[in-house]
Amino acid sequence: MKGVASRLGQMVLVLFGISVLVFAVFFATPGSDPSVRIAGRGASPEVIERVRHAYGFDRPLPMRYLTMMDHLFISRNLTSYVNHGQNVVSEVFAAAPVTLSLVLWAALFWVAGALVFGLIGAAFQGEWIDRLVSLLALIGLSIPVFWLGEMVNLVSESRFHDSWLFSWVPPLGYVPFMTSPLGWAKALILPAMTLAVAFIGLYSRVLRTDLLTAMQDDALRTARAKGVGPWRLWFCHALRLSGLSALSLFGLDFAQLLGGGALLIEVVFALPGVGHLTYQGLSTLDLPLIMATVLYAAFFVVIANALIDGLYRLLDPRMGRGSHDG
Amino acid sequence: MTGEALLSVSDLRLQHRQAGILLDGVSLTVKRGQILGVVGESGSGKSLTGLSVLGLQPQGQLSGTLRFDGEDLTRFSSRDWRRFRGRRAAMIFQDPMTAFLPVRRIGPQIVEQIRVHTALSHQAARERVVSLLGRMGVPSPEQTAQRFPHELSGGLRQRAMIAMALSCDPELLIADEPTTALDVTVQTQILTLLKEIGAREASVMLITHDMGVVAQSCTDVAVLYAGVVIETGPVAEVLQAPLHPYTKALLRAIPPMTGSRPERLPVIDGVPPSPDTRPVGCVFAPRCPQVTPDCAIRPPMRGEGAHRAACVLVP
Repeated sequence: MKGVASRLGQMVLVLFGISVLVFAVFFATPGSDPSVRIAGRGASPEVIERVRHAYGFDRPLPMRYLTMMDHLFISRNLTSYVNHGQNVVSEVFAAAPVTLSLVLWAALFWVAGALVFGLIGAAFQGEWIDRLVSLLALIGLSIPVFWLGEMVNLVSESRFHDSWLFSWVPPLGYVPFMTSPLGWAKALILPAMTLAVAFIGLYSRVLRTDLLTAMQDDALRTARAKGVGPWRLWFCHALRLSGLSALSLFGLDFAQLLGGGALLIEVVFALPGVGHLTYQGLSTLDLPLIMATVLYAAFFVVIANALIDGLYRLLDPRMGRGSHDG
Repeated sequence: MTGEALLSVSDLRLQHRQAGILLDGVSLTVKRGQILGVVGESGSGKSLTGLSVLGLQPQGQLSGTLRFDGEDLTRFSSRDWRRFRGRRAAMIFQDPMTAFLPVRRIGPQIVEQIRVHTALSHQAARERVVSLLGRMGVPSPEQTAQRFPHELSGGLRQRAMIAMALSCDPELLIADEPTTALDVTVQTQILTLLKEIGAREASVMLITHDMGVVAQSCTDVAVLYAGVVIETGPVAEVLQAPLHPYTKALLRAIPPMTGSRPERLPVIDGVPPSPDTRPVGCVFAPRCPQVTPDCAIRPPMRGEGAHRAACVLVP
């Protein structure tokens, strides 16, 4: 119980800090004055002044900060500075499922890929197949994701769209799960795979190193002395022992992707997700939108951290005992 | 059955690409019902000998013969090894803290070994674990099986380790410094337990650097120096009338139990040979106070009966 309370306190603190930072940086940015934008092109200084007063931009910054937070969290009717009347909060909530679906699919591919390639690399350490896998991982890591995305689009949407391999690929965009589960899956498979490529490269390397370290562990020597076969040795012993550091890395990456880190993929594949929204907010200097998406992202990072900590405790019983049995 | 050779190692050599010669013709025999102490200082190859019996030695060129109950271990396939390890010969390690998988409960780890080797159901295996732990003198075995390794004391962990090693009724138990990481009082308990096991259940190969441990619990002893067995025999004979100068020096270095404490314990001058300085003849010759010109040729084991030593001084 105490743990939950301190987590909540921590979350509020983090969200507060980030929101203040975003707010302060925004008003220090040249050309960001929202009154000018709202007043429209070529508006007279009087009009701008009126807008400034009407929107409360002439009030002191702390007051404006509090008003914004009130609109964002309590009355939940914060509107965009750019598109009048566009409710930012509902925009974010509409975009969240898109990003969530994309990232879940990507996580599926990247965990599976990392497991396969990590285990292959470790089991065939130093052999040609290990070298091949590590070369592929390096390539995967270094390919820019937007370029890869465009290439995937080029191949699957135009060049070879009529071939048997890619005829199933739907046009760019998102299909909600509720509308058509199959369409939902089809729309997301290629973007998710593209997103997963770099992560597979990174995670397979991390996992390979961890597995090889674990194989040197005394506990693994005991397992061999017990007569455990190679499959059990790798899967039940080495993987169990080495998955922990990959897991904490996974938690952070997963959270930052949920928070809009998949921006490039979302833009390239025309998926209306949180990353897309962030991109939109940044390119139009729309503070309410930036604020909403940034806080949404921070929220997920904190939540994911708490979840990973819990999972860690579950997987490694040596952690965090004693605090609750006193 | 006592007296029949269970394990016979002869002329076992292991050469590692970087570390050089690790074992240089180790020969020893473990008979059924015997507790053989394998003594030597660090780096003498005693643990490697133990690991080689299970085929777990580090990569390197291994030669010589390893016979276990008539079977030639050097011809084992990896499948044969898997069936052998844990079932016919089992091993316990020095540090029970790191030897268990830290993230799984004790019980399931022992169950795993039973299920790997036998067709026992999960339930039956669990019952067997509890009774094994009880037999090893673990208090409230049912609860202990539910604990994680870090939740047990060192002595209990080592008891659990022994229970795991004995879970498939092996014929040979290899104990690699099983008491080194434990308190002195707990050491004695574990040694007593091993002695009981040696008397009733399995032959034991007890690897240690401690002559006291040998005196306390072994029936026979093999003294290793720089990858060579230099003296073997029944414990009482070796301790009372050591033949090899190294064994003699080793025994002199034990503080006396009675009488006045010596100012300084006698030490053996010099250090064990490094791979570059390995003598062709007797490996102990460079440090031996009684060295003779004959020592330039590696002496074979000589002596009468069971007590033998590899030294030219032995008649």
